[in-house]
Amino acid sequence: MGENMRKFDVIIIGAGPAGLAAAIYTSRAALSTLVIDESSAGGQVKTTHQVANYPGFVEPVAGHELAANMRKQAEKYGTRFKLAADITALGLSDQGKWVELDNEDKYTAEFVIIAAGSSPRLLDIPGEKDYKGSGISYCATCDGEFYEDKDIFVIGGGNSAMEESLLLLQFVKSITVIHQFDELQAEKITADKVTTNPKVNILWSHEPRAFYKKENKMVVEAENLKTNKRLRLERDGIFIFVGLVPNSTFLKNVPVQLTEYGYIITSPQMETNIKGVYAAGDVRDKRHRQITIAVGDGTIAALEVIKHKLN
Amino acid sequence: MLQTNLEHIESEEQLKELIENNEKAVVCCGRMGPMCIPVYDIFEILQGNYPDIQFRDMDFDIPVAAIIKGLPECRKFFGLPFTIYYRNGKVVKATSSIQSAKEVKSVINEVFT
Repeated sequence: MGENMRKFDVIIIGAGPAGLAAAIYTSRAALSTLVIDESSAGGQVKTTHQVANYPGFVEPVAGHELAANMRKQAEKYGTRFKLAADITALGLSDQGKWVELDNEDKYTAEFVIIAAGSSPRLLDIPGEKDYKGSGISYCATCDGEFYEDKDIFVIGGGNSAMEESLLLLQFVKSITVIHQFDELQAEKITADKVTTNPKVNILWSHEPRAFYKKENKMVVEAENLKTNKRLRLERDGIFIFVGLVPNSTFLKNVPVQLTEYGYIITSPQMETNIKGVYAAGDVRDKRHRQITIAVGDGTIAALEVIKHKLN
Repeated sequence: MLQTNLEHIESEEQLKELIENNEKAVVCCGRMGPMCIPVYDIFEILQGNYPDIQFRDMDFDIPVAAIIKGLPECRKFFGLPFTIYYRNGKVVKATSSIQSAKEVKSVINEVFT
């Protein structure tokens, strides 16, 4: 460790509900707390239009408002933030814990709570990045109106894909759902509303392999997963909703134990296989992922840190 | 009305004043939606790191937004927000849809340094 490292009691990686809940607790316990996030504070909550199931709000609360309040609450108790900051190097071991950021700031702490959350999964196929915002979208409420009376693809068959399809049906002329399985994974009540709509048809057992543009149309090259035959279909736009992935790739050079899908394995006390390193929220291996659960995870991790610090 | 801590562009005069009197300026034109809010937040953070760049936002549904929507660089955009980078009064880059902090910093390094 270099001499220029600034020392905190706790470094929290991730400023979503789990990280902010943890920060509120550790800061209130007078532990110096630094929260680092590659984006702004709020995690996925800030991109949620309205939150209707967070206790304490009789009427739905805007996601960005809930996120902003969580951040302000943490700041009020002394939490420091480094936002829009990328972690360029990381050391996590029983002997020491440190973080280096893209502006070359370095920080060390006795405890680290990883609350990096998850992000929408990208298909990561040719054309996806090139046409983001000019033919490929990830948000029906944001971009649906651009496709009024147009024909579109929806990629995915889970809850998000079907809920967003219902929104898109208010605007578009037709939807072709491309799904990798023979049945939808979404809740039946939502899936039924989509599949019974005459404007919807479904291409089962297909996966996109490439996107490209032909004049004003978007083309999907899709592979039949049973026959391996590829076909090319044209529509006006493509909406992609294919689930979430844990934000854990930055841990590739540290010995934190992950599942095969990249989620962090913890004890019920949120501790990882490294002493003093905890994980909380959507990046942790568990069955359910909700804001309330993330807040609970963050609280448990923080209480464990506080207990060990005071002992 | 955008609920951000950025300075808002609300008229053609304000937009003209911004791009004519500042070498480096960025305008994020969107709504209070899931793809736009993260970009406004990133602008709020980055304006402290890049004091030589003027960061502004603009409501997509006010009349002056027609200027942004009508830019040749935005003609094929189908995703909010539209983010326009101006240097010496000229559009040097435009992006559509949500951008991460890393992507915004990358564009800033590309067009402003």
